[in-house]
Amino acid sequence: MAETILTNTGPGAGRLPGWRGIAADWASDQRAFKNVSWGKAMMWIFLLSDTFIFSCFLLSYMTARMSTTVPWPNPSEVFALNLGGKHIPLILIAIMTFVLISSSGTMAMAVNFGYRRDRVRTAILMLVTAAFGATFVSMQAFEWTKLIMEGVRPWSNPWGAAQFGSSFFMITGFHGTHVTIGVIFLIAIARKVWRGDFDVGRRGFFTSRRGYYEIVEITGLYWHFVDLVWVFIFAFFYLW
Amino acid sequence: MVDVPYDRIAGIPPAEAPDVELYHPKSWLTRYVFSQDAKVIAIQYSLTASAIGLVALVLSWLMRLQLGFPGTFSFIDANQYLQFITMHGMIMVIYLLTALFLGGFGNYLIPLMVGARDMVFPYVNMLSYWIYLLAVLVLASTFFVPGGPTGAGWTLYPPQAILSGTPGQDWGIVLMLSSLILFIIGFTMGGLNYVVTVLQARTRGMTLMRLPLTVWGIFTATVMALLAFPALFVGSVMMLLDRLLGTSFFMPSLVEMGQLSKYGGGSPLLFQHLFWFFGHPEVYIVALPAFGIVSDLISTHARKNIFGYRMMVWAIVAIGALSFVVWAHHMYVSGMYPYFGYFFATTTLIIAIPTALKVYNWVLTLWRGNIHLTPPMLFALGFIVTFVNGGLTGLFLGNVVVDVPLSDTMFVVAHFHMVMGVAPIMVVLGAIYHWYPKVTGRMLNDVLGKFHFWVTFLGAYLIFFPMHYLGLLGVPRRYFELGEAAFIPPSAHSLNEFITVVALTVGFAQMVFLFNLAWSLFEGAPSGGNPWRATTLEWQTPETPPGHGNWGKELPIVYRWAYDYSVPGAAEDFIPQNQPPTTGAVQGATP
Ligand code: HEM
Ligand SMILES: [Cu+2]
Repeated sequence: MAETILTNTGPGAGRLPGWRGIAADWASDQRAFKNVSWGKAMMWIFLLSDTFIFSCFLLSYMTARMSTTVPWPNPSEVFALNLGGKHIPLILIAIMTFVLISSSGTMAMAVNFGYRRDRVRTAILMLVTAAFGATFVSMQAFEWTKLIMEGVRPWSNPWGAAQFGSSFFMITGFHGTHVTIGVIFLIAIARKVWRGDFDVGRRGFFTSRRGYYEIVEITGLYWHFVDLVWVFIFAFFYLW
Repeated sequence: MVDVPYDRIAGIPPAEAPDVELYHPKSWLTRYVFSQDAKVIAIQYSLTASAIGLVALVLSWLMRLQLGFPGTFSFIDANQYLQFITMHGMIMVIYLLTALFLGGFGNYLIPLMVGARDMVFPYVNMLSYWIYLLAVLVLASTFFVPGGPTGAGWTLYPPQAILSGTPGQDWGIVLMLSSLILFIIGFTMGGLNYVVTVLQARTRGMTLMRLPLTVWGIFTATVMALLAFPALFVGSVMMLLDRLLGTSFFMPSLVEMGQLSKYGGGSPLLFQHLFWFFGHPEVYIVALPAFGIVSDLISTHARKNIFGYRMMVWAIVAIGALSFVVWAHHMYVSGMYPYFGYFFATTTLIIAIPTALKVYNWVLTLWRGNIHLTPPMLFALGFIVTFVNGGLTGLFLGNVVVDVPLSDTMFVVAHFHMVMGVAPIMVVLGAIYHWYPKVTGRMLNDVLGKFHFWVTFLGAYLIFFPMHYLGLLGVPRRYFELGEAAFIPPSAHSLNEFITVVALTVGFAQMVFLFNLAWSLFEGAPSGGNPWRATTLEWQTPETPPGHGNWGKELPIVYRWAYDYSVPGAAEDFIPQNQPPTTGAVQGATP
């Protein structure tokens, strides 16, 4: 057994191409995913499980929406803002989506700098990502407040099916929690990067395992996933 | 080919990365309580699961007392009866069997069997246990809150689960759902560890097709759990919102206690779909580890290689995959779109193919084997018989037209107790007899073990076999008392009395087992490292019980599959997986 440290090391490289390579890897000993560290493998599998959670949430919401006998409120109207005297549908959501997608960009850059061991830039880009995330959550909070002021409750709303409010708060709440956890992770890891923990192989407090720059990429996987989920929520909840 | 040199006889690929640095506990507290060692976590999981399992056992006695002698026990009323069946079912399925197979056996056996020093992320693994413990405590606390535990049945179907007619409507249901959510979070932390350990942390030479079937069973079950529990998680969250915030995900508009309730527009069927999308795979989450373990028990104690190893592996994987597309066979009478039933009946019958295949392979492994009737082997045999029995009644219930009259009768109770109650418990017991020597260094007493087997096995049949008959008569399940119904003959009542008496006897006979466990810990015969002369890696550790890090300085290297028993020409009747091939003559082994 071996603690696989970094991606792209060891004799796993240079195997057969395509399916035959995959078959060879799975038929081999030690690791099924060659050159994938434990942490990364675990994050991928966790994300698979989390995909099932979000799918269940979204499918349940769709069932509710399709089977309700009361009309469903029109999202473009509900999520419209009056800006500068203009009535713009979905404007806030559009900005939020833009912010979150931009944060994926900065995250990707952070990963890149992380592998170049550029401590300062990595940390700054992670913090920028976290800031984008925090902005997203604040806008979400603003949206919640606005809807609550307009009388939307988890159990009822002024415009139609009660399940509208229920699903809205539940799904965006669950997704917002994911973003918040991501922000906390980003800040924690950024601090370690900044301090140079990964240059000296300092041991983590709880696990007493050494950390590596790869953790930046693993955090990134989570972050991109949360971003991707938002695209689906955006499509199925707001655009439908 | 650029492939790494791979040869059955000699060349084992070099280590792909350096050995792991383990966390070394510095105090008693971090060694035995907040331990990050998978073996200690395994024991913590097992003890907690057994403790709460005993509660479920006592509940089953109370239920049987009521069913056998209705009206005799003034301390059991109808509400309590419902609470008992709910807690009994939920504890047995999730908090006992799932936790024991995956958290208990999984934690102990996976690292040892794949030749790892520990799980890949021991700290997360430790958290998994503590969250599980919290979930158990929350669940147990429902016995003491006002209104008591929920009486909604282990399926927790809305709308009744959260309406005021159901016992435990104030606190019980809320705590039950919270406990489930905690359990799922805790399980996910452990489950990710098991999966990654099997996939990424095997020792040199340990290919997937050399894994003992125990690992295959636990691994596949864990993957399934990671994909099935999300549905229960979502269902629980939504029902919690329905109950606490007054949303109506699952609640149609209805009249409650003479008044129009505040709910409306939700779909109770949606919950059933979510529940059974979890619930059916859950059956196999409990069954697959049992399949795996029983294969190893049979092979070891019959001194024969498992018949059709590859077939067994693929059958496990196929069952795992298929079990995600059969869930609605639990919903034939739910009022879903009728034609769905045909689809789900078909898939249900298809899943019988790989399952039957496994049974044939077990029997063929036994055929002309050198069968040692040790307690593990007895329990393994008991499992096969019981499982076949439960599987056959499953074919009845899988067909729509047959299920409709049998649904919600004692026939169903008999069926699922055979197939997912008694059968896995048989394996758990057999596995304890088998691995106890590794965990403690001492053997369990053989005579007590055989006594325990016969009482449990025969008793289980006496308890659950007559229930098939009761079910065919039409005796409904989840009924507090039968009362005077024309279609229920008086013999049914005497049968119920009989079942109760046996159930209590068998229940108390388990004390023999508990005594055996405690007594052998101090007085049992020392077992040595490999008392069963088994091939798999956990029996080849330098110390018994295995020390921290499992393997001493050097990790083992695996040269052969896990089933080299009675190889012709070999000096002994078993060849451990880590024994290098000496001469060309002794390579009876395939993969
Ligand atoms: C110790 C021997 C056991 C006895 C005597 C026993 C007895 C019972 C009884 C009397 C019922 C209620 C039947 C009814 O009125 O509907 C029941 C329900 C149930 N039992 Fe057991 N049981 C035992 C072990 C197990 C085990 C090992 C499992 C694990 C799978 C299990 C799972 C269940 C489930 C899921 C239910 C259904 C609960 C419900 O209807 O909500 N039981 N059992
Ligand atoms: Cu099923």
